[in-house]
Amino acid sequence: MSDAVSVLNGASSEGLNKVSDAGLKGMITLKGDLTSEPMSKAVKSAVGLAMPASGECKTGAKGAVAWMAKDELMLFCDYADADKMVEKLEKALKGEHFLAVNVSDARALFKIEGDHILDILAKGTPTPLDGVVAGQFRRSRIGQIAAAFWMVSYSEAYIVCFRSVGEHMFAWLKTANNAEAALDLFSS
Amino acid sequence: MSTRLASGGRFIDRSKKQDFTFDGKRLSGFAGDTLASALLANDQMLVGRSFKYHRPRGIVASGPEEPNALVGTGQGGRFEPNNRATTTELYSGLKAVSQNRWPSLEFDVGSVNTALAPFFPAGFYYKTFIHPRAFWKHLFEPVIRWAAGLGNAPKEPDADRYEYAYAHFDVVVAGGGIAGLAAALQAASAGASVLIAEQSPNWGGRAPVDGDEIDGKPAGAWVDATVAKLRTMQNVQMRSRAMVAGIYDHGYTLVYERLQDHAPQVNGPRHRLWRVRAGRVIAATGAIERPLSFAGNDIPGVMLASAVRDYVVNYGVSVGDRVVIATNNDDAYRTAITLTEAGLSVPVIVEARADAEGDLVKKAEALGIRVAKGMAISKVKGRKRVEAVQLCSQAGEGAALETVKCDAVAMSGGWSPVVHLWSHCGGKLNWDDAHAWFAPDPSRGPTNQDGLVNVIAAGIASGAKDTSSVLADALKAGATAAKETGYKPAAIKAPKVDAPAEAPMLPVWSMPQGASYELRSKTWLDYQNDVKVTDVQLAAREGFESVEHTKRYTTLGMATDQGKLSNINGLAVLADSLNKDIPQVGTTTFRPPYHPISMGSIAGDARGELFKPIRKSPMHDWMDANGGFWEPVADWRRPYCYQKDGESVEEAVHREIMATRTSVGLLDASTLGKIIVKGPDAAKFLDLMYTNMMSTLKVGRCRYGLMCTENGFLADDGVVARLSEDTFLCHTTSGGSDRIHAHLEEWLQTEWWDLKVHTVNVTEQYAQIAVVGPNARKVLEKLGGMDVSAEALPFMAFADGELGGIKVRPYRISFSGELSYEIAVPAAQGQAFWDKCLEAGAEFGITPYGTEALHVMRAEKGFIMIGDETDGTVIPQDLGLNWAISKKKDDFLGKRAMERTHMTDPDRWKLVGLETLDPETVLPDGAYAVDGSVDAYGNKATVGRVTSTYRSPTLGRSIAMGLVKYGPDRMGDVIDFPELNGNIIKARIVDPVFYDNDGEKQNV
Repeated sequence: MSDAVSVLNGASSEGLNKVSDAGLKGMITLKGDLTSEPMSKAVKSAVGLAMPASGECKTGAKGAVAWMAKDELMLFCDYADADKMVEKLEKALKGEHFLAVNVSDARALFKIEGDHILDILAKGTPTPLDGVVAGQFRRSRIGQIAAAFWMVSYSEAYIVCFRSVGEHMFAWLKTANNAEAALDLFSS
Repeated sequence: MSTRLASGGRFIDRSKKQDFTFDGKRLSGFAGDTLASALLANDQMLVGRSFKYHRPRGIVASGPEEPNALVGTGQGGRFEPNNRATTTELYSGLKAVSQNRWPSLEFDVGSVNTALAPFFPAGFYYKTFIHPRAFWKHLFEPVIRWAAGLGNAPKEPDADRYEYAYAHFDVVVAGGGIAGLAAALQAASAGASVLIAEQSPNWGGRAPVDGDEIDGKPAGAWVDATVAKLRTMQNVQMRSRAMVAGIYDHGYTLVYERLQDHAPQVNGPRHRLWRVRAGRVIAATGAIERPLSFAGNDIPGVMLASAVRDYVVNYGVSVGDRVVIATNNDDAYRTAITLTEAGLSVPVIVEARADAEGDLVKKAEALGIRVAKGMAISKVKGRKRVEAVQLCSQAGEGAALETVKCDAVAMSGGWSPVVHLWSHCGGKLNWDDAHAWFAPDPSRGPTNQDGLVNVIAAGIASGAKDTSSVLADALKAGATAAKETGYKPAAIKAPKVDAPAEAPMLPVWSMPQGASYELRSKTWLDYQNDVKVTDVQLAAREGFESVEHTKRYTTLGMATDQGKLSNINGLAVLADSLNKDIPQVGTTTFRPPYHPISMGSIAGDARGELFKPIRKSPMHDWMDANGGFWEPVADWRRPYCYQKDGESVEEAVHREIMATRTSVGLLDASTLGKIIVKGPDAAKFLDLMYTNMMSTLKVGRCRYGLMCTENGFLADDGVVARLSEDTFLCHTTSGGSDRIHAHLEEWLQTEWWDLKVHTVNVTEQYAQIAVVGPNARKVLEKLGGMDVSAEALPFMAFADGELGGIKVRPYRISFSGELSYEIAVPAAQGQAFWDKCLEAGAEFGITPYGTEALHVMRAEKGFIMIGDETDGTVIPQDLGLNWAISKKKDDFLGKRAMERTHMTDPDRWKLVGLETLDPETVLPDGAYAVDGSVDAYGNKATVGRVTSTYRSPTLGRSIAMGLVKYGPDRMGDVIDFPELNGNIIKARIVDPVFYDNDGEKQNV
């Protein structure tokens, strides 16, 4: 898999914050009954984390798990481990009604580092950002693109969108991140 | 003449000179000036020509209500027409040009219209140019459009950039005057998050100019202290140069922030459009002074009394040495006092009221100013600037009693609360007789999604008149907003206000009361659209009783200022003409934006490369670098063909087809939709969604399927692969992936929620690369890694494996009729696999081909294309696809509809192949066939149309498909396709499969 490349091959840009293509990441869509015990166990064994609450993203040493919808999760792991994790989930959930599928290649992942993260997001997403500060995983849009985003700290956030519009997302981020376009809404 | 005073000017910095030009003339002002104040400081009284009569016009106001002083600013990509000089901040290097004049502002040919004014009554254009009908489009309209219109459209693309910002606040306060500041402080002190937006660069509004005292200090000091306090609060956002432009449903509020207009040399976005969700909006938008209606009230030098005062106090600019004041209320006396104290002369205050005894009147009289009570201006003398006024009795018809020389007139017809924001979402108004104004009715406010009133008017915008009640009202508004958004406001004591007592005003809608026709026909209501008192009266006489109709007939209030000065005066005249009360006539509708906002801000960052997101395949960059000639396919870009040096598009397409048919081609099919459907009921679900049977499909095999809408119309097609007993992968068309995924989910979630099925759209997980042609297998065998022989991987099968070291899933499916493998690989390795195919295929001359080659090859095979052969009205039976409609299934989407008489009608047009008699002639796309008969209206009856048409390099002739009435029963018949030029193309009806009818080539 040495020839696998992310959509912008690690490009980055400095402005109000640093924005960069965060490279390839393992992502698994897991659909099923999130309230069931086998599902909780499967998630626990896959990423070592408990079932996230509505809108939540949990992060741990083995990976992360984000709540996508009432019947859907997104699991994060190393890119190379995604197929193995799907197999693991399939084994753990045998006999259950579920769907686990590797969607790592369908995604583009971006990282924002800096002190103006919320100001950048506020230029593109209509969602209230206080929830994101509090550790929520938001599925919304940024500019004209469907996207999900979350913060791991006040100075580090991630955006995930479809790979085909990754270039557009990066161009949008560079524009919003322009050092001369400070919003001064959340940071001043 | 107007000039800069030796001292004064709160906003200007006399140490910072700013050079600018107006119509090429070099002038200068100071930092803090508006373009209007700087023009007045340079005695530029004449600033534009009116819309219809090309009358000379000067500055009337000092804010966004200005009707006359519209200028073009900037140059090239930064030129912008119709900017108000009163809201344009001065900066060094500003280039402004006047509008609506030719050849120059001083000498304007169009002003001949003034002399012809009696011939241009309301509705003149409608009445005059209606006959002869044909002349309108070709003669009248072009000439009128050239002569009329305001500024010129920019000729270059906008050089600036713009952006949006989304925000959520408990309370948005519109207006940074004392009411807005007090309301914001109250709401913020309770803990609410507050955005306070002020349209101008300066906080405090009118209060510091008007001279009242708050808490024992000048109003300006109170403003400074309050602003300083608000700035320390974490929950408060203060934005100046930011106007609340409109309020929409659910508390959606647009705020227009101008970041660079005052300093265009700075980089970054020019404007920012805030899209705010507000719990409550406090409309502390103040009030606008009304003009008085007297003859010649549009001559440059006639201004609003408050504006004259603003220019002296804020900018140190005198509009004239001798200023006559005309008023019906006490407020205008502040202007007289200000001017006198600034050392200027006020020869007379023309006071319409017979008795006026307020504190301000007494103070003016004590300063020795003559107050002529019960008097009116009968006429202003002068053309390009005021020279004198003739006085008459307000009660009379205008006989001049004396002439007073002056160089400016400051008029005040009373005030109108700015009720726009209150009204945008349906807030209702009450007429207040005492003040002669419309004010918000709090019991009939605009409501939000909870049915609760979500806009709170505050200060004079709510109808509070004096400073003391303005502050009390604003504090109450702030407390109400905080409380209604979940906070507990503590009582803030209203500041003590020291202000003179004012006597009641007198509504004056005509000056003098019985003005003659001659005077009325020189009395302007709407300056910008040139509407006079007589125009509104004529409209009333002609039967326009509704204020909305009168507005459109006379164009009153329809200009870029939206009637900020003219509305109330106009509808008062209309009411008087109709013998009705003003509230009976009502107002026109207030619509956003409050004041024009830039088109750029509305577009935001969606321009250039960000105009529209384009979906790009993993091999996009390679295709772009290798001659890809792009065409849009849904939101994707796909190469139509790959052009080599010196090759035409047509030549490229032919080369690609021949290479693929004779050796091997390479197609990027990544854009095809791919949806995983999994669950114990997946097979059952797909049987319902597809017209044919999917439950019988064996694991490891593929089947072509059709999807119809519930009305039986063909909606999408594609190949379904069964991955396991309970898992299917459904291919959709490139444009259909999102739509079909939503379609599946809708049926699952709303109708068949009891089925145990999950779906995931995995379209972008895979790059799908088709290796097509007689040598396709040899290429894959060279790559190696899995058995791709006919035995191991037969036609319509798939397998998981590895090719060239990359994890792949080749499907033996063919849209070209050739031996074909469509190979799904992880998208991140799409380019790597593509490169390997090119390398392995080099010895066979492997040729990348685009969508047009794909289209031609599928047409040669008679395969239909969704969107070509279908248009939303076509059913599978029309296309001879009956074999793909299961008769065994109890139900599927579209089954019932297909039994309707219209769907089983033998007259339906059906798919056939078409061969032109001249093999070199290609039928035009969409051409209709006729049978020679005509209908009752003489229209030729059509009996068919072309759906796909190409030149086939394989067959060396033109081929086409079409839908033809009784087509399949008319094999061999020749039908006529007339072209627009009258020429008729003759084509023979043939089988739609032109190439390899037995399918031997794809099944090897």
